[in-house]
Amino acid sequence: MSLAPAIQLHGAYDLNEQRLFGPVDITVPAGQWSCLLGRSGVGKSTLLRVIADLPCAGDFDGQVTACDGESVSGRVSFMAQSDLLLPWLSVLDNTVIGARLRGERPDMQKAQNLLARVGLGDHMHQRPSALSGGMRQRAALARTLMEDRPIALLDEPFSALDASTRADMQELAAECLVGKTVVLVTHDPAEAVRLAHQIIVLTRDGGRSWPVPKSCPVRDQYAEDTIQCQIELLAHLRSGT
Amino acid sequence: MTRIRYVLGASLFGLLLWQMVVWITGVPSFILPSPWRVAQAGVLNRALLGHHALVTASEVVLGLCIGTVLGAVTGIQLAQSARLHRLVMPLLVFTQAVPVFALAPILTLWFGYGIASKVVMAVLIIYFPVTSAFYDGLTRVPADILDMAKTMGGTKRHIMRGIKIPHALPSLGTGLKLAAVYAPIGAVIGEWVGASKGLGYLMLLANGRAKTDLMFASLFTLAIMTLLLHLAVTKASACLHRT
Repeated sequence: MSLAPAIQLHGAYDLNEQRLFGPVDITVPAGQWSCLLGRSGVGKSTLLRVIADLPCAGDFDGQVTACDGESVSGRVSFMAQSDLLLPWLSVLDNTVIGARLRGERPDMQKAQNLLARVGLGDHMHQRPSALSGGMRQRAALARTLMEDRPIALLDEPFSALDASTRADMQELAAECLVGKTVVLVTHDPAEAVRLAHQIIVLTRDGGRSWPVPKSCPVRDQYAEDTIQCQIELLAHLRSGT
Repeated sequence: MTRIRYVLGASLFGLLLWQMVVWITGVPSFILPSPWRVAQAGVLNRALLGHHALVTASEVVLGLCIGTVLGAVTGIQLAQSARLHRLVMPLLVFTQAVPVFALAPILTLWFGYGIASKVVMAVLIIYFPVTSAFYDGLTRVPADILDMAKTMGGTKRHIMRGIKIPHALPSLGTGLKLAAVYAPIGAVIGEWVGASKGLGYLMLLANGRAKTDLMFASLFTLAIMTLLLHLAVTKASACLHRT
């Protein structure tokens, strides 16, 4: 498995011949968490799809490159707001679905270890319908970790969870994805300030870097500088500039 | 249990209504026999009915199996290639515009008076509903799941086998439930056009000899057979939903 690369993205995105965002010039640092914030409909999820080289409704005029010169697509794992677990498979089979879809023999032992690591050791033979929302997202995280890709793209993966489960999941994801290049799309300034090495606020005109507290993520959500950063970030988002 | 009570109640009501029509109108039994006469004819001719029902059941089950396999394979092929879908689907819809009943004499001419022409009729009548239902299921996999499969580097074949087909099985079940009701129609039409066995043949024979009670008994045997087949397919579909 290659080392986590930094990602350079520059270009603009048009939807129905109208500019959705850009031109943007964003650098996602290697092995760190970058959180992407912005108003609904500004194109945050689209930006993730552009990085993952997934089909989009509009046209992206620009380039996505990895600092090591290799292609970004093919080294990406994706985690969405919905857990995307296949209801007819057990949690264990869902975890190894990537290998099965590539026609490879899955490493069941590794999957079992990962499920134990995310706290689903006793539930691996159950169907997703038998799990709670938090457990399902943990299963989705195990599936993402199973892929062991150097780049992880997370599209609001914790937004549907209750506050305490969300905090648990944030810590678990930060611990499990350490050393990987992570781009997290979120609507929650608190989540961004807690997890990010870098915060990018996306607007129609482009991406703007927002200063983060000096401490290392995962930050103490009650620390003074964390709270101050959250307040300022929220005020900035509400001002819409 | 409540459902069974409703079904029995409705059946009893229908039989009573029928009996009353026979009593009130005094219609001759060769035009409309009473339910009691039909039941008597059914019991007296049970061996004959059983023999012919077995022939029709074989045609229906064979037609259902072959039609399901052909329909499912076609559904998969159409879902894999948008170009093939654009090319073939209009043709399939066009074939539905041709009444299958009108094809029965030709099929009898081509496949003979034996079981083959009836099986082909049953296959033709269920092929489209099975293909169409399965194709719909295969092409309605949520885009997010397919995107995830793509980022995982899934191959077309394995995505079809691991995601699309399991996702479409409940739709296939819906198609099969329709097929279970349609298939006997195809087989009986085939028997009407040219056969020496089967419930359709027995109906024509009884009708020609003014044995209307036997004709009705054949009709009820066919209806019960179809209901049992539908019940079996519904149970099997429930399993497809659970997989």
